[in-house]
Amino acid sequence: MSEEPLFDPSLKKRKKKQVAFSEDPLGADADPTAPAPATIDDTTTNGDVVDMGPKTAHERMKSNGDAGEDGAEGGEKAEDDDLKAMFGDLKKKKKKKKELPLDLDAEGSGTSTPVAGATEDLDFSDMKKKKKKKAATLEAFEKEINESKGKDKDADDEDVPDGLPEEIDEAELGDDPFAAGAGGGGAVSTDAGNEPWLKSDRDYTYPELLQRFYNQLHAANPALLNSAGKRYTIAPPQLAREGNKKTIFANVTDICRRMHRQPEHVIQYMFAEMGTTGSVDGSGRLVIKGRFQQKQVEHVLRRYIVEYVTCKTCKSPDTLLTKENRIFFLACESCGSRRSVNAIKTGFQAQVGRRSRNKTG
Amino acid sequence: MNVQNLTAFDPFADEGDPLAQNDSVGSQQDYIHIRIQQRNGRKTLTTLQGLPKEYDARKLLKAFKKEFACNGNLVDDEEAGQVIQLQGDQRIKISTFLVEEGIPKATIKIHGF
Repeated sequence: MSEEPLFDPSLKKRKKKQVAFSEDPLGADADPTAPAPATIDDTTTNGDVVDMGPKTAHERMKSNGDAGEDGAEGGEKAEDDDLKAMFGDLKKKKKKKKELPLDLDAEGSGTSTPVAGATEDLDFSDMKKKKKKKAATLEAFEKEINESKGKDKDADDEDVPDGLPEEIDEAELGDDPFAAGAGGGGAVSTDAGNEPWLKSDRDYTYPELLQRFYNQLHAANPALLNSAGKRYTIAPPQLAREGNKKTIFANVTDICRRMHRQPEHVIQYMFAEMGTTGSVDGSGRLVIKGRFQQKQVEHVLRRYIVEYVTCKTCKSPDTLLTKENRIFFLACESCGSRRSVNAIKTGFQAQVGRRSRNKTG
Repeated sequence: MNVQNLTAFDPFADEGDPLAQNDSVGSQQDYIHIRIQQRNGRKTLTTLQGLPKEYDARKLLKAFKKEFACNGNLVDDEEAGQVIQLQGDQRIKISTFLVEEGIPKATIKIHGF
């Protein structure tokens, strides 16, 4: 599968880095018969992001929809912001230009005149300065500069609030005739009547209709959007070392119950993936041959979930695995889709360890 | 009365196992599998199974050994055919090597922990 998370090349190289062992959020006494919560965590317990494949259609449409609404309804807002940004720039520019002559004034007032003259056509306040300058002495001139500095600021403050609302009004009137039309027509819902094709002769495009469909769907079923908020959590595997060469996976049965899968199936998959063997001991714990870290087992479980638990269509973990004609089928309880899944195959196993032991066995 | 439902032929009758003859159903034959096996200590073994026929496994093994600076050999398996074994965890290196040589990434399946 192309969605499969890639392996961490440094996985084995790292010396036993202790993984923060976060407690099961549901607690140990959570009812295992209750359905598992509904999203798979994108991150491992230690925070590594794992690609769990594309999000569901709803999640995608939600993000698209938000962007689309921003584009259409928030159009004025965007313009508004643009205007503000422009004004902000202007403000900055003005101030810079003003500061330049003023600084020079402080050093030597005589040189300031040509500079002020250069900016005069841009800056209204500088013109004032020039008029007054004619009659003024040096001292008076400096005073006036200080005053005009204050005035400049006032002028800026006045200019901007005056200019901005007008522009916004223009934008509203000029750019959004459809909104006004919708208001007059008495729209049924917030979205209906807002469609851009209503007031023109053109045909509606597919993306527009699709957006409209999703808007209405989400208006009618707000629950669909909340799927992103739910998380599918599974207790982290609890591993212990038995002796030197075996690993005990203590909470297999608990995890299998959470996933609603037969422990045999999960164990078979784990053994096939990890290329080892093992057994289940008396108290339901799994004894795996070989040394494994919690992170590694978690990685294998994660891929099991992606392949055999989550519905490929809607990403819901609420699925049933049934076997028919030697083939496993994954039926989704929430969206009704049904698909066959790969059989678990161990594949080639290389000869590891002493040959003599193998021959006798 | 000629109603289709009342005829002797039952369209929903069980036709038996339609997949009985086909052994490759549900198998992953078209994948190149890269697996890892633990040996003693921190040692590992990487196996590559399911190489397409058009590639010469021996030449590939030679390239692998040179590129990854590891030893390896070719094993003939009854089920899996020719399998390349390499010392150490070479899974990602093999995968990138094969992808660079033009094998589509979707056909490569990396197993292991």
